[in-house]
Amino acid sequence: MLEIKDIHASVEGKEILKGLNLKVNAGEVHAIMGPNGAGKSTLASVIAGKEDYEVTQGNILLEGEDIEELAIEERAHKGIFLSFQYPVEIPGVSVTNFMKTAINETRKAKGLEEMPAKDMLKMIREKSELLEIDRKFLSRSLNEGFSGGEKKRNEIFQMAMLEPKLAILDETDSGLDIDALRIVANGVNKLKTKENAVIVITHYQRLLDYIVPDFVHVLHNGKIVKSGTKELALELEEKGYDWIKEEVKG
Amino acid sequence: MELKDKLVSSFLAFENTIDVDSSVHDIRSEAIKRFEMQGFPSKKEEAWKYTSLKNVLKHDYSIFPKEGNAIEFKDVKKYFIHDIDTYKIVFIDGMYSSHLSETTHDKIDVCLMSSALTNDKYKAVIDNYFNKVAKEDGLTSLNTAFSKEGAYIHISKNQLADKPIQILHFSTGSEAAQMLQPRNLIVVDENSHVQIIERHQSLTNNPVLTNSVTEIFADKRAIVDYYKIQNDNENASLIDNTYIEQQGQSIVSVHTFAFGGNITRNNLNFYQKGEGIDSILNGITIIEEKQHVDHYTLVHHTEPNCESHQDYKGIFDEKATGVFNGKIIVNKEAQKTNAFQSNNNILLSDKATINSKPQLEIFADDVKCSHGCTIGQLDDSALFYMRARGIGEKEAKALLMYAFANNVLESVKIPQLKSRINKLIATKLNVDIGFDL
Repeated sequence: MLEIKDIHASVEGKEILKGLNLKVNAGEVHAIMGPNGAGKSTLASVIAGKEDYEVTQGNILLEGEDIEELAIEERAHKGIFLSFQYPVEIPGVSVTNFMKTAINETRKAKGLEEMPAKDMLKMIREKSELLEIDRKFLSRSLNEGFSGGEKKRNEIFQMAMLEPKLAILDETDSGLDIDALRIVANGVNKLKTKENAVIVITHYQRLLDYIVPDFVHVLHNGKIVKSGTKELALELEEKGYDWIKEEVKG
Repeated sequence: MELKDKLVSSFLAFENTIDVDSSVHDIRSEAIKRFEMQGFPSKKEEAWKYTSLKNVLKHDYSIFPKEGNAIEFKDVKKYFIHDIDTYKIVFIDGMYSSHLSETTHDKIDVCLMSSALTNDKYKAVIDNYFNKVAKEDGLTSLNTAFSKEGAYIHISKNQLADKPIQILHFSTGSEAAQMLQPRNLIVVDENSHVQIIERHQSLTNNPVLTNSVTEIFADKRAIVDYYKIQNDNENASLIDNTYIEQQGQSIVSVHTFAFGGNITRNNLNFYQKGEGIDSILNGITIIEEKQHVDHYTLVHHTEPNCESHQDYKGIFDEKATGVFNGKIIVNKEAQKTNAFQSNNNILLSDKATINSKPQLEIFADDVKCSHGCTIGQLDDSALFYMRARGIGEKEAKALLMYAFANNVLESVKIPQLKSRINKLIATKLNVDIGFDL
């Protein structure tokens, strides 16, 4: 599904990712953990194609295709979805209209007709129920005045609508109370199939109780320094990150 | 010959075409003298600091309406709001086109200024209202001097105009360069309601200069909604002088959609003459290339307990220049005034310019007045967010611009007009967004 080979990326001349390797197969859930400033969000942005980041070395392959030259939206059309740590408020555009535009733009890129309004409404209804989103909420301006939990639920709702191959959840647990966390995790789990993959980026182990990863990677100083199974996350929760830092130094 | 001299010396010839023994003609004669003294405004005047007419005035305009030019409806249909029933007052090169118009005298008068100025039936209204609120500056005086044709609308007491009224001015380009000076009078009596849509459209790229004057009188509790669509060709310039006098508890809104043309100047003046009045001034400006749009607004609060709301949005690309000058005067007597003004702008290019200037003169001490002006670029983080969801860059930008202008669009009360403006914006932004915001 996704193969990242020796990626180096910098922003404003400062190198953040320093030779990162990662391989994610279809059907897998990977967790990427690490201390603040390790490069977790940078990794998410680089995969999504954010233009502020310059990839100086290495490749990112999606289903064997190098996506380095693709624009942000083209990557989205190929099935990459990034759930934002801080979803952006867009006053004046309702959730529904935003979703219609996103879906139809993606369909247009694939040479498909626009989705009939009836199907769109049906899909919106189903997916909003999955995330326990009130219908009234859908006519509000996107993310404007949403609580932290509402924003994150809305991110996963969009993921459900767009049905990506590879979903990257960037700190989706931050700002969530336990009920919202459960709803969000439940949504992600229901969307999981053998054909798609999820990368969960998180600082804490908490979310991984609900979205159970097949692999856990520790990102430190722009590289993956340790990989393991879900037990690694528990160990990190217990011992913090300092021992990893020490181990790397040693 | 300079345009000013040509105009002044043509006044005699003009007098041969009209009845000079009328009270209106005394007004015209006074006006031509004022124009002769004041001439056209120059950039030295504070009010014209950012808008130069120099290049517009250099053409050798033909200054009288051109007779005999016909247009087929099918060729200009797209400039009408044609999916609803409306009254229409249509002019071709300054001459009334009965063929394209649909007027009425049934309960309300929707007809021609030329009839109103000459027919005894309208004398009382003309005596009461003609040139009573228009200012005496050079451009307005010039229009007054040559005032002969335009729209005349009178909604008598307790009447609801049963459909919107469209006023359209076409110029066919049969002249190398043409100057037009329509004069409109709109009188809305007590408890009456009317909706008006106005458009000036040049059908070729020959230079056109329109110096238009509209006087609107809204009596007690009258409601007037006026929409101006300005989306003209690159060599068409428009100076729109609109003067509105409102009596107690009337509500008048003017929406100005400025999407194109060469130089567009909107002098929009509201004079409140009673209590409990609401004046609404909304605008969306989206221009590019070297287009120039200048909104010069005045709201004069003279009595207590009145409101005014101004909301102007501007999007400027390439070398386009915009001006917003919003003046609010609150007299000492006008206590409890609520006056709001907001002017928000997006610059899409390094070479685009906006000059935004609020001017508040407040002499009352118990008022709420606010003004705000912003100038910015499109939000990069919002663009990244939208593109990451699969929305192309161009469409994402357009969506943000739509959203930016949306609250002004939302206040358009005629759905078909709103959807037309929506389409104009989409065309302007070169996108096909599959929904109406």
